[in-house]
Amino acid sequence: MRHRLRRLGAPLLLLAPSLILLGVFVYGLIAANFNTSITDNHTAAQATGQEPVTTVWFQNYIDLLGSDDFQHSLTNLVLFTVVFLVGTMVMGFGWAWMLDRPDRGEGFFRSIYLFPMAVSFVASGVVWRWLLNSNQGESASGLNRLFQMIGLDFLQNNWWNNITFGITAIALPAIWQLSGYVMALFLAGFRGIPEELREAARVDGASEWKVYRLVLFPQLSPIALSALIIIGHMSLKSFDLIMSISKPANYQTKVPAVDMYVFKSSFNYADAAAVGTILLVIVALVVVPYLVRTHQAEKR
Amino acid sequence: MTATAGAAVLALGLAACGGSDDSSDESTSGEEMSGGGEVEVFTWWAAGSEKAGLDALVGVFEEQHPDYTFVNGAVAGGAGSAAKDLLQSRLQASDPPDTFQAHAGAELQDYIDAAQIEDVSALYDEFGLTDAFPADLVDRLSTEDGAIYSIPSNIHRANVVWANPTVLEDAGLDPAAEYADLDAWYEALDAVEESGQTALSIATTWTQVHLLETVLLSELGPEAYTGLWDGSTDWEGPEVTAALEDFEKLMGYTNDDRDGLDWPDATQQVIDGQAGFNVMGDWAEAAFQEAGAMSPDDYVYFPVPGTDGEFDFLADSFTMPVGAPNPDGTKAWLETVGSVEGQEAFNKAKGSIPARTDADTSDFSEYQQSAVEAFANDTIVSSLAHGAATPIATLNAISDATSKFTTGASDLATFQSELAAANM
Repeated sequence: MRHRLRRLGAPLLLLAPSLILLGVFVYGLIAANFNTSITDNHTAAQATGQEPVTTVWFQNYIDLLGSDDFQHSLTNLVLFTVVFLVGTMVMGFGWAWMLDRPDRGEGFFRSIYLFPMAVSFVASGVVWRWLLNSNQGESASGLNRLFQMIGLDFLQNNWWNNITFGITAIALPAIWQLSGYVMALFLAGFRGIPEELREAARVDGASEWKVYRLVLFPQLSPIALSALIIIGHMSLKSFDLIMSISKPANYQTKVPAVDMYVFKSSFNYADAAAVGTILLVIVALVVVPYLVRTHQAEKR
Repeated sequence: MTATAGAAVLALGLAACGGSDDSSDESTSGEEMSGGGEVEVFTWWAAGSEKAGLDALVGVFEEQHPDYTFVNGAVAGGAGSAAKDLLQSRLQASDPPDTFQAHAGAELQDYIDAAQIEDVSALYDEFGLTDAFPADLVDRLSTEDGAIYSIPSNIHRANVVWANPTVLEDAGLDPAAEYADLDAWYEALDAVEESGQTALSIATTWTQVHLLETVLLSELGPEAYTGLWDGSTDWEGPEVTAALEDFEKLMGYTNDDRDGLDWPDATQQVIDGQAGFNVMGDWAEAAFQEAGAMSPDDYVYFPVPGTDGEFDFLADSFTMPVGAPNPDGTKAWLETVGSVEGQEAFNKAKGSIPARTDADTSDFSEYQQSAVEAFANDTIVSSLAHGAATPIATLNAISDATSKFTTGASDLATFQSELAAANM
């Protein structure tokens, strides 16, 4: 026992500061947030203790999940995430695949594709708000204008102002910004595969497609999973891009994070906290299985 | 004037409380309230005509209260939303500024309920404001039990239509025409639309709520409109349905890209001759001035049809937070805000009008003078979109319902029942 304590003592002592900070500022605050979400703290008076606050357990969650407006937000979130994920994966993989072939100009294109990531979501959001202007016909601007100029008038649409699919238009700038990152991940994956394996496959008479399908793709799957998790959890937490293209009150682009903001500004802390917890659970559903899997893989 | 000794005792007492640690100037000038020290004034007036107004007001403050040092607590960004976020957390942490800017009226209700601001009705008597402000305004500012929680620094009018005479002439209309009611206005809107321009320019949700409130006012009249906010007018009633039908019709005249724009973009469309009309509060006047436009050649303005003789008001005002570090400083600031000199200097620079009816506005702009006259004579009602009529939670619920309706996600009946639910 004493021996064990001595063995663990020094690392524990070294880890203690970060453990305490994480404990208080991450897990402690998650607990506090959950604690608020199971109360009826819906007004400013209750928040400052002027009026009593009672525990209502999961009533806020039931009300939220049962309301049409919040379901609309959740649907938007799912739509946004699906388009964002598929878009970045396809574009990112495509670019990585092209750059993997030893042609000239790889460094140049790598920088070009990676650059949008250096722009903040808020800055690119402002520009994309202009590009995604929903005016059509004579007063059109942005992409709609571009479509007119190149004779593709029929492609004009109202972008993010479509009630059902408007949110997916906002996935466009998100894809534009993060495809380069996914490309970098895949490119690193391609480079991590020894050249000998490809050569061996070719010597065995495998066609180029077979080399990819049977040799390269299987080895890229951990990279693909990481990319999915990283982009997926970013997508679920999307707020700044949506806010800088649209406005918090706009119905067509509501997502849970925007709802949380609006609740908070109405002094409705309980519902804001409940939305926060729901978001955390959704992200956990995506991330935790991945962490468990990685952990098991490391053990092996 | 209180004796110097009395003021000195006050100053000492304050120092003992630790309220004026930073005070370097302990001298007593013999002013009525003389504690000295810093006064932190929290606003979102960080740029443009608002900043100019604040600077002018500070000039008067330093003249009237040389003992106090003005500390600018302005927070820029998001039309005040960044400031409100920060204010919310500071008040929660019991670390209030000495005074903060807030829309006068029902928007203060949350702060009142949370016991974060003090009743200042005693100061109204002390500074003689009750008689200087129009009686209608004092009614709108008072809570049910007669308390008043802020002192307005300026008044804006929300029910104003701005129009471009060139666009109107091209559409075969008389720019000087007045429209008795919405039906008469529709004909003009149809004409502008036929001429190929946007008939009525509008921007994102809050400007749509702004239009909605003026339509409600036009259709219901001032009494029933005010009744919407105290529960005496039925939101489910047929008059409201008729008003919402008008709102729906008016939204049909507007630009498609509205949800991505803010009010300056919509007003700019009128300035640039891309749109005929725009309904916006009279801060739009500053936008026309900046563009070098002159009335009546470059733009005309008139009350929203059907609201002539009614003044849909909103006001910025200053509060006395509970637990303000330097309450005497707060009082001194509020005195300046309510004073004739303060109101004149501030409003001339900001482009709004004084809440006091005895201020000298002879050197104000033409529009401002017309608004001053209307303010003194018209029936004053509270603006919805700008926090005078309802608490924030109600306004947010109304905004959500409005956005849902104008994007086409709900029909008129749903819209009306959601509005009714928002006001429960």
